[in-house]
Amino acid sequence: MSGDHASSPVAARVRHVEALLEGRGLLEPDEIDERIDALAAGGTPANGAAVVARAWVDPAFRERLLADGNAAIAELGFSMGGALQEQKLTVVANDADEHHVIVCTLCSCYPIALLGPSPGWYKSEAYRSQVVREPRAVLREFGVELPASTRITVWDASAESRYLVLPRRPPGTEDRSEEELAALVTRKGLIGTAAV
Amino acid sequence: MTDRPDDRFAPGDRVRTRIADPPGHTRLPRYARGARGEIVSTAGHHPLADERARGLASDPRAVYHVRFAASDLFGAGDHAVVVELWEDYLEPDGSAS
Repeated sequence: MSGDHASSPVAARVRHVEALLEGRGLLEPDEIDERIDALAAGGTPANGAAVVARAWVDPAFRERLLADGNAAIAELGFSMGGALQEQKLTVVANDADEHHVIVCTLCSCYPIALLGPSPGWYKSEAYRSQVVREPRAVLREFGVELPASTRITVWDASAESRYLVLPRRPPGTEDRSEEELAALVTRKGLIGTAAV
Repeated sequence: MTDRPDDRFAPGDRVRTRIADPPGHTRLPRYARGARGEIVSTAGHHPLADERARGLASDPRAVYHVRFAASDLFGAGDHAVVVELWEDYLEPDGSAS
């Protein structure tokens, strides 16, 4: 169980329900923690960074990634299948004209398989409520200053898809190897709250 | 994602979202209720979350990426918001605007 809300009334209610389910033999002790661990297993921003670096060096892969995220990441050995069912991956690419940023306004949906557990700010009421209304101001708080001519599109993960942002390849990186490029990519870049 | 022949909407279609606030779980965010938008693409076919949350059997039906202009949602802003919505939340927007 998440340790972030240990004292909240909701957490107390969840613990109570968990205890009832265990008491009736419907749930093994620690089963929920094990399921959460399984969901998060192998999930790290390094996975998303590897996907991005490949897309930067291989235009054909980039095309496949934007057309069918699930099939493309499988080429690199990744899968969105950590949950009870495989989640659809939609990758959105930044360019000079358009910048994408991801949110889940209803809860905290997030591509765990490619990014690991989400950061606290992603789940915060402040981020979830403000980024859909004033993304330019929110991005500015993250240190991302976009030209007025760059359109911003916010993707709200309100149903079954999970989103990943494909940042723009930084200028002056033509000589870098795929591994070196991957090292430039940050978690925030993959969410859209950093340039890379 | 593959479209199906019986999908109610196609990319480019203008739609309007439901206004009603349902009594139970729903995945139509409050800020996107009663709003006009445009279908971007199909996001697969899934059982309706509202029905699953109530323990009801639910057939997969189309889910769409729907693009809204921020000015239509909030009365201000030059950005767009793409929300992923089940077809149940949508109706054709017949009005010329």
